[in-house]
Amino acid sequence: MSPAKWDVVVIGAGPGGLAAAIAADKAGASVCLVEREARPGGILKQCIHDGFGLVRFGRKLTGPEYAFLDIEEVKGRGIKLFTETFLLDLDRSEEGFVLTLQNSEEAVFRLEAKALVAATGCRERTARQVFIHGQRPAGVYTAGTVQRLINISGYLPGKNCVILGSGDIGLIMARRLTLEGAKVLGVYEIKPEPSGLTRNIVQCLEDYNIPLHLSTTVTEVHGTERLEGVTVCRVDENMRPLPGSEEYVPCDTLVLSVGLIPENDILHPLGVEIDPRTGGPVVDQLLATSEAGLFSCGNALHVNDLVDYVSESGEIAGASAARHALGDYRPPRHVPILAKGEILYAVPQRLDVSLGGQGILYFRAARTLTDAALVISAGGRVLGEKKYKSLRPPEMERIVLDLSLVPAGEENIVLELRG
Amino acid sequence: MEKLLVCIQCPQGCKLMVKTEGEEVLVAGNKCPRGASYARQELLNPCRTLTTTVRTEFPDFPLLPVRTAGEIPLGSLFAAMGEINRLLVRNRLRPGDVVLERVSGTDVPLIATADMTLN
Repeated sequence: MSPAKWDVVVIGAGPGGLAAAIAADKAGASVCLVEREARPGGILKQCIHDGFGLVRFGRKLTGPEYAFLDIEEVKGRGIKLFTETFLLDLDRSEEGFVLTLQNSEEAVFRLEAKALVAATGCRERTARQVFIHGQRPAGVYTAGTVQRLINISGYLPGKNCVILGSGDIGLIMARRLTLEGAKVLGVYEIKPEPSGLTRNIVQCLEDYNIPLHLSTTVTEVHGTERLEGVTVCRVDENMRPLPGSEEYVPCDTLVLSVGLIPENDILHPLGVEIDPRTGGPVVDQLLATSEAGLFSCGNALHVNDLVDYVSESGEIAGASAARHALGDYRPPRHVPILAKGEILYAVPQRLDVSLGGQGILYFRAARTLTDAALVISAGGRVLGEKKYKSLRPPEMERIVLDLSLVPAGEENIVLELRG
Repeated sequence: MEKLLVCIQCPQGCKLMVKTEGEEVLVAGNKCPRGASYARQELLNPCRTLTTTVRTEFPDFPLLPVRTAGEIPLGSLFAAMGEINRLLVRNRLRPGDVVLERVSGTDVPLIATADMTLN
């Protein structure tokens, strides 16, 4: 049997993928969604706390409520959704791409797509990746796993918990564990300032009198069958442990909230160019990757601070994929963006200046800055400027650039941030 | 009374200064009106939206995520959790459906936030 043909296939039905599918459908393309889990919504299914949607919907929603709005629209538009369907392989075909998939209904089957949107999200950094070695007792979890156990499956993973890392998921889980009856002994952050949003420090830690220990990390885990305790240790300004400051904290659970990594393994066989700073593909303002017809969005592109921006990038990627599939393709003229000064990273990494119109740029500051200034220029000509009272690495910044301002023939566009 | 606060109404996290002068509550540092009402409320009676889960009788959807439809006093969160953890959902609910009419002595209902009819 020859495989079904689609204009656009979207991989992943989280917030990025849902938005991409809706946008592709609006643009007139035939589109389907492929999701490995039983239900759409991605990570939002387990993010039962509120605070989502202020930018996109102007109101404060919980994760499941935010996902519900997009899922209703996907259903209303009759967009085909394959659930519990796993993508095994991805390859080039004459007209675009061929996907090899597996599910319980059709066993192994194939789909063809003229354009693809990779909305595969991100995964959590694990204990091994933050150099917690030695014994492997039960009771060491990533924050997202704890969130899933408590909110989806209904298991409390422990009674006395230590949280390493002050990322938002860790802070949210400190509150959640406390409300469900566990004791959170403390949150330990190796950096001198918290990684999560300030509002989460207030409403997740201060509300419950959970101590936050900055410039402190976990250096050892104790226990063989089950975690019995951890050694915490203060660090110097180079994040090296200070001898003599070790302290033993008895606990049965260690929760790791130590960062997220975009998930793009499935794209490796295609040889897609990856930006080592973001961990996601190198893209232009259409979110087109280095492979013609392949688009990237959401946390697979770079780890976003707000889901609202994940949806926004999904909309862009979906619309771009539809245009590509429907034959509106002109060879791009790419100009790289050079990030200078105090910029941690900027997305997109290059602009297609043949298009005109507007381009949305996101960036993060490399460190906490006050009274910072961002200047966008090309060939010495200033294209845009913005001043910031304060910038923090956990908070993503968004700017819109008028591409008609870019002078013809420029070799690059400079994005410079000064503190 | 004077208090330094960080607004938690949105991810901006404005730094607020709030103080009382007689009957009046003065707020500074807020970028929007939500910040002013938050600071007043925080000084007089801090309230939070509670989000948690309720047990269901459906093995394919063992927990239903829920939230209070409005804010309830911060001090009543644990009493509310005790009450909510005794509930059992016997119908397939959708977002906005009421799970409990009044949470923990308030007039705030508890509502479903996920769609249990989805499969």
